This record gives sequence, structure tokens and C-alpha cells, in this order.
Amino acid sequence: MAGSSPAAPVSPPGALLSAADVARVVDRMAHQLIERCGGGGRAGDDRPTLADLVLVGIPTRGAPLARRLAARVEAFSGTPVDVGTVDITLYRDDLRMRGVRALEDTVLPDRGIDGRLVVLVDDVLYSGRSVRAALDALRDLGRPRAVQLAVLVDRGHRELPIRADYVGKNVPTSRSQSVRVHLTEVDGADEVLVTEAQR
Amino acid sequence: MKRHLLEAADLDRADATLVLDTAAQIDAALAGREVKKLPTLRGRTVVNLFYEDSTRTRISFELAAKRLSADVLNFSAKGSSVSKGESLKDTALTLEAMGSDAVVVRHSASGAPHRLATWVRGSVVNAGDGTHEHPTQALLDAYTIRSRLGRLEGVRVAVVGDVLHSRVARSNVRLLSTLGAEVTLVAPPTLLPVGVGSWPAEVSYDLDAVLPKVDVVMMLRVQAERMTASFFPSAREYSRRYGLDARRMGVLSDDAIVMHPGPMNRGMEIAAEVADSARSTIVEQVGNGVSVRMAVLYLLLGGAPS
Amino acid sequence: MTVLITGARPYGEDAADLLLRDGRIAAIGESLSVPGAQVVDGTGLVALPGLVDLHTHLREPGREDAETVETGSRAAALGGYTAVHAMANTDPVADTAGVVEQVWRLGRDAGLVDVVPVGAVTVGLAGERLAELGAMADSAARVRVFSDDGHCVADPALMRRALEYVKALDGVVAQHAEEPRLTVGAQMHEGERSARLGLTGWPAAAEEAVIARDVLLAGHVGARLHVCHVSTAGSVEILRWAKERGVQVTAEVTPHHLLLTDACAEGHSDGGGRWGPYDPVFKVNPPLRTDADVEALRAGLAEGVLDCVATDHAPHAVEDKETEWASARPGMLELEQALSVVVATMVETARLDWRGVADRMSVRPAAIARLDGHGRPLAPGEPANLLLLDPGARSVVDPSGLASRSRNSPYAGRELPGRVVATFLRGTPTVLDGKAVR
Repeated sequence: MAGSSPAAPVSPPGALLSAADVARVVDRMAHQLIERCGGGGRAGDDRPTLADLVLVGIPTRGAPLARRLAARVEAFSGTPVDVGTVDITLYRDDLRMRGVRALEDTVLPDRGIDGRLVVLVDDVLYSGRSVRAALDALRDLGRPRAVQLAVLVDRGHRELPIRADYVGKNVPTSRSQSVRVHLTEVDGADEVLVTEAQR
Repeated sequence: MKRHLLEAADLDRADATLVLDTAAQIDAALAGREVKKLPTLRGRTVVNLFYEDSTRTRISFELAAKRLSADVLNFSAKGSSVSKGESLKDTALTLEAMGSDAVVVRHSASGAPHRLATWVRGSVVNAGDGTHEHPTQALLDAYTIRSRLGRLEGVRVAVVGDVLHSRVARSNVRLLSTLGAEVTLVAPPTLLPVGVGSWPAEVSYDLDAVLPKVDVVMMLRVQAERMTASFFPSAREYSRRYGLDARRMGVLSDDAIVMHPGPMNRGMEIAAEVADSARSTIVEQVGNGVSVRMAVLYLLLGGAPS
Repeated sequence: MTVLITGARPYGEDAADLLLRDGRIAAIGESLSVPGAQVVDGTGLVALPGLVDLHTHLREPGREDAETVETGSRAAALGGYTAVHAMANTDPVADTAGVVEQVWRLGRDAGLVDVVPVGAVTVGLAGERLAELGAMADSAARVRVFSDDGHCVADPALMRRALEYVKALDGVVAQHAEEPRLTVGAQMHEGERSARLGLTGWPAAAEEAVIARDVLLAGHVGARLHVCHVSTAGSVEILRWAKERGVQVTAEVTPHHLLLTDACAEGHSDGGGRWGPYDPVFKVNPPLRTDADVEALRAGLAEGVLDCVATDHAPHAVEDKETEWASARPGMLELEQALSVVVATMVETARLDWRGVADRMSVRPAAIARLDGHGRPLAPGEPANLLLLDPGARSVVDPSGLASRSRNSPYAGRELPGRVVATFLRGTPTVLDGKAVR
């Protein structure tokens, strides 16, 4: 059930990922992070090391996701990884589109982000505007060596030239659908649902 | 949140807590940053309309608006059409025509911000009106108490001094009681309003009896000209009976704090060694003022226009 | 001119026809028929003697942008008045025979009500020395009421002299009772609401202290004293005490003090109007008081301790009211709603019947002012000054429809009972079908 037929333009409504699927996807992303960031450190190799890595979650659900990824990276590699969160509310370009939003925490590791590899972590990649806001926020917080993006679900319909470096699952959707990621830390259970937006 | 912040009663407990939480998050987000600026209110215009000199309040609001990237216009009574007799209403309509999204108003007449709110479409923030209220001062005081003591519920606060003429006292009594603190007003009877009995606060004439029982002492500024109107006999007698000096500070409980909205009359309502002591939050209050005002501007202007 | 009013109810009692001829009531009876008379259908309407106001601000000369003698006269006629007393705080102050005669002539030229000037007690209302009271009394304006209204005659020695002096003129001093040292900067009634709103309080004691002093002085010198716009329960008690002791004191109460309270300053939506806090349309001097004061004033008027209703009609230009509370001028429009407010507060609450209304709004004020030809009973041979009221009509006050030049009505949006259908001044209609004839 994890795969969708190439002929189907959109995913049918219903459960897309189970709790077990989510765990498997997070594990795979952790391996990819180790593979791409874990090679440096030796003489003559200027690639980043895991010690340079900071996983920065975008609240709400990007934050626990970043912590899970960090935990899995440490479990697989034995190297602890710094984690942070960056609230993007004050950087959004759509504030006037709806009522005022409550702010969430911005927490960076003690070592900061200057010169490090920051991987932004979010649950769903859609228009790309949240990521743009997060990039703006990061610019005010320091000067990373590089910024990458990890998302649990990429549902398409980008409005900005942004793509993810690590994708848990690509999900073709229509704009009328909504993709909901539930995580135990926030919602009490792990699952990913596709629903038809209520009108 | 309502569209305007005119008095502390505009905030219910949830709203007031939201302002304090938002201020804390802004504080955290900006802590240690070199660039203390956020793009949130880019393109919005905030007008500081000040009919009274109050450099510290104006600067605090100005900094708050600028840190949120709003355009700030300072419109003060001096050197403007106000001094040529333009009415508050005409000034309001002028600001409206210039496209202001919020007006921060300081005025010597109680209720002027309420009147202004009936004439403009944007938000109005009361930065102190006559002897009525100064709600952002109360918010920053509540924020300071919460930061120092970790809570507001059940915190015992003495507000000491010229309650009759104090907008800070009115806003604090209302806001602190909304947030669950217990307020005691301490003043000579001449400096308490008739009808104070209906306020959500205890009243005492005896500072020495109150001090050992409180967690917070908030000293109000006492203007010397009150003396000429016989509100009290002399500065010396006032200071003896209602001033906070080192001896009185000594009877406070160990973690009690001392607050003052500024500007202080050192030697009158507060002794220098008290103002400069570790209990004093007076400098902190200034910094917290910017964060709280950023939170207020964000919450009033950061969403869709209502 | 001959007018036949058919089927009206004098004092709300049995229906009758009233024949008005040559300025007098020629006959009252059933099925009168007079060829050539202008017939006014009075069916269902209450006939009352034309109302007399002891306290009107017509603003002319000086503030013709707020009101003129003519616009104020029209407003008065529409309110059922046939005589109004024009207060002296004009610019220049009505403190000489010249100014009072000017106002009197303007009133005569307008011809809608009898405009009776009030003379200032002191020169320029400054409270320092007596104006030429005798010259004003002897002028064409025949001044009998003297008042510094807007200011208290605060100096007790000066007040004593004024009280004594006007005895020779058969005059009366109408005191604006306000101890000025207790009301420095005062903005509204001093109480819980002023404390919360941060507006400087106007304590009831500032009024009561002056009334107490003045009734003692009036008793001591055997002079007549009239107290303007009584606003507190304590004042009513002092007046009752003085009257029981035989002091020649009379007193008036305004319609707004019979209906409104200091709660208005906090904003309200009572009776249909919608008002935000600090709207200076509710700023008035003396200020609106508490529910208990309103109750005491209604009882005092019913009992007769308060002799009459006087409007304190105080027109103000828009720029003097659309402003901060503290900057606004005190005062309210009243003439066109005064009778309706009395109906609402006194008649509909069964405190006064229609004869009582006639007594408090026509008979007694005319007697206090020694005004001939007004406040007379509805009877054959009497001057034909009267009004016809539809007591069942209810309407919502719309300031834009008022005849006054100003718009500062505290009743805007409020539904009030009673509509003045017609007013007659010496037999000539000044209002017909609820509209001024000119």
C-alpha cells in the first residue's frame, strides 16, 4: 500500500502512511543524512561531518521530526547531532491572509549555526513558502556553511523554486486535497492522511 | 484580541497571557542575535501620536515597531499642526488619509484614545491617557514579575503612591487581577480616588504593615506639584510615610522585587540604594517594554485586517 | 385670528373644544362651532398650558454658530414652550440693559416664543461686583431673574448682597450651585465611575454645600432664592429642610438629570442609542449623577420640593463636542425633548398626572419668574398659550431633524414617548402638525 500507481494522478483519500511506515521512512532519511554528511573530517576531505550538522525543525511538526531524525542518526552512527527549532511566523509572507497566529519557540544549539550544515526539517513540502520564510529567519540567526531541506512528505504544487534534499515520500495530490501528518508528540499517534478539503 | 488596546480591561486572561507568551517568544527569538530585526510588519505604518512629552515611552514603541520592520512616523505635539490648534479628530483623519495601520497615542486627556478609535479604521494603542490607563506599562510590569518570580497567579503586589493620578496604577490593578495576582494599594487617603473600594484590590494607608506580606512592591512616581495642592504636607513627610528606603526594603521577604515605572524621583518615593539594589527590576522593565510592545503590535497588526 | 381646537383633552381629562380668539381662550365647551375659524383636530391630544423654561442658553449674541435666538425659539416652540428665559452667559455677557434689550428684541422679532432675558448677577459673570440689576429690571426686557449660570456666585458676601438687592426689584437670584474650589478641573460625578475612567470628580458636596449656605443666607435676609439644575439627592434633602423652615427657596431639575446617569460616560446602548465611552455629548455641568440621585430627583419633583423642570438647553458647535472629554464644553440640547423626557420619567411612572406636568413645567416656573401671561390655567378669558400633545406617539430622536442649530442631543437614537403636535402663542399657532409654522 506504500506505493501508488504511476497512472494515478493523485492519491486516493485515506491513510497514506501508517505508524510503522513513518518509522521506516524516518530511518531511511537518517541513513541518507549519514551517507551525505558523514563522509568528511579526514585530511583533504572538506565535506561536512556529522558534528557540523544541525537539524532545525520548523514548528509545529518539523520540530519533533528533527528530534527523531537526530535520535536515529545517533543510533545508526553513534554520533550525537545538534537539534534546533526556528519559528517562521514572524517571517511569513501570508500574515494578512488570516487571523493572527501564536508564535512558537526558536531554539538554537549552544554552538549556533555559523559555518555549519543546517538541514531544515518540515513535515510537508507544498508551496515552498514556509521554507522561504525559514531561510529568511536563518539568515537573521547566523551564516551557515550550507542549508539543506528534509521533508517527510512532498506533495507538489510548488510556488517558489525550492526543492527538498531529503524526501520521505513523494505524494501526488490535487490542490483540493489536504495532507495531514500526525506525530505522537503532537497528535498522540503517527500517521499520514490524505483528505478532501472540506468546503 | 480586540482591534484596539485602549485599556487593560480589553484583555481577558487568555489575551493577556498570549501577549506575555508572545513577548517571551520574541525575546527568545532575538536573544543573542546581532540583527535584532524581524520582517513581520514590513510595509505597515505605525504612527506615534504623542501629545505629551514622554521620550522613554515613545522610544520604546518606536524601537518595537522598527524591530518588526514597520515604518514609524513620530507625530508630536510640538512643532506640528497640533500646536496650531488642530483638533484630535482632524489629526486622526489626516493620519488615516496617510494610510496609518496603527496609531500609538499618548494624551493628557483621559479617554482620548477611545475617541480616536471611533475616528480611525486602524488599530489604536493607548500609550497613556491622562489619569486613566497605560496598558502596555501594566503588560510589561506583569511580564517582568512573571520573568522574575515565575508566576502571576497568587503573587501579592503592593502598588504604592499617587494612585489617584496614576494611569499605571489603574492599568496594573485591572491587568494583575485579571492574571490572578492580589493587589494592595498603599497611599495616603488623599491620593486614593473616591470609589476605589469597587476596584479589585485591597487598600491600606500603612506601608510598613503591608511590606512584609508582599512579593512585589511597585512604587509610583509622585509629582512634587501635588504638594502644593495639599495632597500631602511636604516631600519629607511623604517620603517618611510612603517612601521605600533601605530600612523598609529590609523587611521584604527574601525574593521580593521592587519595581518602578520611571522616571523615578530618587529620594522621594524611592531611595537610591533601593533603586540600584539587586531587588530592583527597573532597568529590566525598560527592556521588557520593547518586547511587550513588539508582542502587542504583532498581535494587533500581524493578522488579517478585521 | 380665530382657532377652533376640536376634541382635545385639557390636562388629559374630558374631551372638549377650545376656541382661541384675539389671543385668549374665548370658550371651552362641547361641539363649539365658529364660522371662519381655523379648525385644528385635537382628537386624542392632551392640551396643556404653554411650557415655560427658566433656563435656556440661546447663545446669541456671540455664538450664533451654535444657536441663535431664532433657532432656539423654534426649537422651544416645537417642544411646546411659549416662554423661555435666555441665560446671561453670552458674549458680550447680558449684564447691562443694552444687552438684555437686544436679546429681548431678537426674541420679539422671531415671534415664536416669548424670550425673557436673564440678567447677570455680577459684571462679566466674574463674581466680583454686582451688575446694574436695577437697570436691567427697568429696561424693556423687564428682567426679574438674575443668574451667573455657568459660574457660581461663590463669594458669600456678594451672594448675600445680591439676594438682598433684588428684593426691591421683585427679582430672584438663580444660583448655579458649585463650590469652585471643590470642582477644579472636574469632569464628571465623583464616584466609582470617575475613579475608573480617570476623570476628575465633581463631588455632590460641592453643590450641596453652596445650596446649604444659600438657603441660610436667603432665610437670614428674607429674600427669594432659586436653585438651578439640582442634581443630587442631598440637595433635595437640604431644600426640603429649608422649605419646611419657611425659606423662600425654589428649585429646578433638568430632564437629563431625571433620566440619565454617570454610567453614560462609560458608553451605553440604553434605549436604542449607541455610545462609546468618553463621548462628551454626556458632559454637562452639573454632571450626570447616580441612579439613587435620579430616583431622589424624580421623587423631589413629584413631591414639589423641586418646583419645576428647567431645560438648561445648551447648544454647542460640533467642534466643541467631537473632541476629547476634557476639552469638550458641557451641556446638552433639551428643548425639543424635555416634555417627552418628563412624560417618560414622571408620567409613565405615575409620579405626575397631566395637571402635575402643567404645574411643574408652566405654572410654577412662570410664578418664580413673575412672568405675566404664562403659566395660566386653561380657562376662558386666559391668554391662549397652550400646546397639544399626542401622548401615545413614540419616536426615535434623530439629531439631524432637530430645529436647533446644534446636534448635541444626549437622546440621539433613543425612543421617547409623546409628540408635541401644536403650540399656540397668544392664540397664534407656532407649531402645527408637529412642524414649526415658520
